Amino acid sequence: MRTVDRMIYLDNAATTRVKPEVLEAMRPYFEEQYGNPAGAYTFAGRINAEVENARKTVAGLIGAKPGEIYFTAGGSESDNWAIKGIAYALEKKGRHIITSKIEHHAVLKTCEYLEKHGWEVTYLDVDRNGFVDPAALENAIRPDTVLVSVMFANNEIGTLQPVAELGRVAHARGVLFHTDAVQAYGHVAIDVDEMNVDLLSVSGHKINAPKGVGFLYVRSGVRIDPLIHGGAQEKGKRAGTTNVPGIIGLAKASELARDTLDERAAYEKELRDHLIARIESEIPYAVLNGDREKRLPNNVNFSFRFIEGESLLILLDQAGVCGSSGSACTSGSLDPSHVLLAIGLPHEIAHGSLRLTLSEENTLEETDYAVDSLKRIVERLRGMSPLYEDFIKKQGAKS
Amino acid sequence: MSQVTEYSEKVMDHFMNPRNVGEIEDADGVGTVGNAVCGDIMRMYLDIDENGVITDAKFKTFGCGAAVATSSMATELVRGKTVQEALQVTNKAVAEALDGLPKVKIHCSLLAEQAIHAALWDYAQKNGIVIEGLKPPVNDIEETEEYYNM
Repeated sequence: MRTVDRMIYLDNAATTRVKPEVLEAMRPYFEEQYGNPAGAYTFAGRINAEVENARKTVAGLIGAKPGEIYFTAGGSESDNWAIKGIAYALEKKGRHIITSKIEHHAVLKTCEYLEKHGWEVTYLDVDRNGFVDPAALENAIRPDTVLVSVMFANNEIGTLQPVAELGRVAHARGVLFHTDAVQAYGHVAIDVDEMNVDLLSVSGHKINAPKGVGFLYVRSGVRIDPLIHGGAQEKGKRAGTTNVPGIIGLAKASELARDTLDERAAYEKELRDHLIARIESEIPYAVLNGDREKRLPNNVNFSFRFIEGESLLILLDQAGVCGSSGSACTSGSLDPSHVLLAIGLPHEIAHGSLRLTLSEENTLEETDYAVDSLKRIVERLRGMSPLYEDFIKKQGAKS
Repeated sequence: MSQVTEYSEKVMDHFMNPRNVGEIEDADGVGTVGNAVCGDIMRMYLDIDENGVITDAKFKTFGCGAAVATSSMATELVRGKTVQEALQVTNKAVAEALDGLPKVKIHCSLLAEQAIHAALWDYAQKNGIVIEGLKPPVNDIEETEEYYNM
């Protein structure tokens, strides 16, 4: 499809590549150390010890104890498990859950599923920048509320929630607090104690680990029903033969993310703010989505008025730039992103959104190339947009 | 997830190199259809001579790759046709001329058919004539206005 040879990957919130060091760390667990850690022989025991080391490593990144980490197959499983697992474990206490309107579908669809089975769910509104108001959360808590689930960082607009404050509000009323930290883990500092978090979802492939591995943090003492039944793995809470290479890869990637966190975030922020500044000064009628300060270091999200996102993505792809959009046309549904609608964007503007997400591997030159391409493409699409035509005519009539 | 990879070569060609993009000044018929909610708006301009033959067709479209491609193809298909012949350019004809569309994009071809009809309706209104089998168009693209006036 591409007409140029180069590829500039600006979709790191979708997934990242497995780093060579990570692949290298995993390799022995495919080839030589392939034993099932549940085995009774020495061959298995050594592998089991490495899995426990990995557990210690990832626990360290979020200020948790190793025993509070349960490896899963990724973010969606962790979100599903946290919500269904708590809902079923605390069924007798109450059947009310609170979440926000901008959660990932792994949370929203799980909540909708529970609604069909007798639970009640409150979906909190967010403001124009995507923030949940702690006071609104406080008002929504009822005697039968068993869980609050609000994401750490939004996957589309990058907004960082006041997690510690939301957790404090939940705890003050004796309610458990879950946060989907899939976009935040390894990108911003997390401490489950300081942030009043009881359950936290993580996915490996967002931080250069392979796809198909993640974990759920469950604070010790919190009762949770299993989601996947069948074996004694993960203390009987999550059945399934241990994904040893995946877990080793996740731990290695976590270690690298931990060691580089500050400088990486600073570098990505520099690129991010350069992209934002150039787009704002050079492309008219572009609206930044999400908060300017409290946002993921690698997230840029703009709506370009009068144009549609899929067209934009195809033309960017032709120029070798990989991005993503909240447009309906890229999701296979007729509605644009629920996140963009929840922050109050009209449909037409939500359809014209573009998300560019950076990694430490991107360069300033790449971001410049992306903006140069974007300028040309936006201009071209506006040239064939009836909405732009009407707008310009109205502007002319006014002056 | 993305339908882009499912587009036929013809759809990609008409998206990358759309035919007849633009406006016709004082067109004999102009029609705008679609709505911002599902993200596709098409405007078609037609010039029609005294014999009822479409001498020129141009379009502007806000929408996805398929929306642009169907608009482009629709203008190609109606050029040189009589008003009655143009009415027979159905969504199916547009989709077939593009070697098919992904399932979720079929509504785009429907929009192209509606855009032709809306432009013909405008032409009929302006000239006080009745075109048999033609219904008045519908559109609603005003939501955005409210947002920026807030």
